[in-house]
Amino acid sequence: MKRKTPLAWLQVSRERTRLLIAMAGIAFADMLMFLQMGFQDALYDSNTRMHRSMRADLVLVSPQAQNIVNLSTFPRSRLYQTMNFAGVESAVPLYAETANWKVPQTRLNSAVLVLAFNPEKSAFSLSGVEQNLDRIKLPDTFLFDSGSRGEYDQTIAQLKQAQSIFTEFSDRKIEIDGLFNVGASFAADGNLITSDLNFLRIFPQRTAAEVSVGLVTLKPGSDPQQVAAVLKAGLSNDVQVLTHEEFVETEKTYWANNTPIGFIFSLGTAIGFVVGVVIVYQILYSDVSDHLSEYATLKAMGYKDIYLLGVVFQEAIILAILGFIPGYTISVGLYGLTRSATNLPLFMTLVRAISVFCLTIIMCLASGLIAMRKLRAADPADIF
Amino acid sequence: MQQPVIHIQNLNHYFGQGQLRKQVLFDVNLEIFSGEIVIMTGPSGSGKTTLLSLIGGLRSAQAGHLQVLNQELCGANKSQLVQVRRNIGYIFQAHNLLKFLTAQQNVQMSIELQENMSYQEVQEKSAAILETVGLGNRVNYYPEDLSGGQKQRVAIARALVSRPQLVLADEPTAALDSKSGRDVVELMQQLAKEQGTTILLVTHDNRILDVADRIVHMEDGQLAQNTKLATAV
Repeated sequence: MKRKTPLAWLQVSRERTRLLIAMAGIAFADMLMFLQMGFQDALYDSNTRMHRSMRADLVLVSPQAQNIVNLSTFPRSRLYQTMNFAGVESAVPLYAETANWKVPQTRLNSAVLVLAFNPEKSAFSLSGVEQNLDRIKLPDTFLFDSGSRGEYDQTIAQLKQAQSIFTEFSDRKIEIDGLFNVGASFAADGNLITSDLNFLRIFPQRTAAEVSVGLVTLKPGSDPQQVAAVLKAGLSNDVQVLTHEEFVETEKTYWANNTPIGFIFSLGTAIGFVVGVVIVYQILYSDVSDHLSEYATLKAMGYKDIYLLGVVFQEAIILAILGFIPGYTISVGLYGLTRSATNLPLFMTLVRAISVFCLTIIMCLASGLIAMRKLRAADPADIF
Repeated sequence: MQQPVIHIQNLNHYFGQGQLRKQVLFDVNLEIFSGEIVIMTGPSGSGKTTLLSLIGGLRSAQAGHLQVLNQELCGANKSQLVQVRRNIGYIFQAHNLLKFLTAQQNVQMSIELQENMSYQEVQEKSAAILETVGLGNRVNYYPEDLSGGQKQRVAIARALVSRPQLVLADEPTAALDSKSGRDVVELMQQLAKEQGTTILLVTHDNRILDVADRIVHMEDGQLAQNTKLATAV
């Protein structure tokens, strides 16, 4: 390509104020999209962190299971049956229930998710849980999620200094004696982990024979897909067999489809996009209008329409790139702020940065396409 | 017999549609030969500018014959018009420089229409012609920092830099005081003579008529006179 006078760049950069306004507008639109997409991903991420920390190759849940706070139960005997299949190493039960407890600091009621398993072997690959298995073997002793949302700062500080804390859980006095870290989710503000026996003590309506989740470990060298197929065929239909990834995916799909949350964030992203189109269109339109006589002069000199279209498109792309940079930087900062304020796992990912950048380019090209119609008004016959 | 640069025969032109249709050019005949400087005079609204924009390929000719640089423009398509425009230098009443480009960049825009030239050549050539029009120390100025006369000189540099065979100028001195107006016209004359360029200049300005080889007079859409300067003065 031959080097030419970079008309689009010279035009964009000559008027600093307009350029700054355009950059601010695009940065704002990008920020909206980044935040919405970030929240959406954080929602899916935070609601599956617990799932992902479970030690299992295959997962059994009730066909009624919808999400981690709404798992329903299935008979424990299915787990015993599972252990007879070839390739299965172990199948252990996990119990889950949401209930109110008294927040130690404020003595106010708040909902927490309680998960329980047989403490002979940790069901979670979380260092806080693995190190404290002996503690939850004691009656009415629980581990607390240091990433819980709410007024827990003093509680956590005390626990970190190895002091245990007492509080109430449905009329029972319980002891918190250890921390693990998973983090709050949209479904649960906080998490507690304990032994199956302690679980049954605070939830007398639950029985050990009704399991929330079955964690199936396979013998080394077994193919999870294959064993899952065999289990599906061999077990009665009062239980669902999922691979670990499918289990995580089911939770994500639930939040995406069965709640308006996924829709709201997609709508938010779309609004950010539209705001960007409107702003860039305004800027490009007034830019083209202001330079109409100059474009007409270029046409008179023998420049073709296609050249001027190219100039407008180049301007759109230059604006997209210049606006994206501050938009990206501000969003990284806002992610940090949100992370510290909410404990939501809000991080900038390469994939999201690329998709927002592509959206920005599309946004600017779309505006350029609308603004281009104004170019037809540049008539070289008018300039004499 | 020399081939004329502009050959116009029975050219008629109309504005408007239907009942509002109004004829602005009536049976215009004109021949301009290579190297001639022709001035067209006439009152406002007589059709001078319309004729100029038709010759320049900025407007589509409707009826008659209009041959510019051996290209028939009556019924010519868009790309033929663009091709003709590239061989014509235009100088406007309001300089029409691109505000966001420096003097040199404005001139470059004209040279870059010529295909086979490196960017370095383009820069050297544009700097050289600005030197010629006396703006060697103003190459990096934006139009807003130049005086009216200086802007018009940049416009002349832009029109002449790619050595067009034909230059069309519409009241190039209208916005200038008499001294700079005179300078600008003499500059055009000098450069045109050097390059053998044909110039068709529309003006109201009586002070510059003497640069012309021939003066034509337009009135009510008709070319009234076609006088050799020697006999007119």
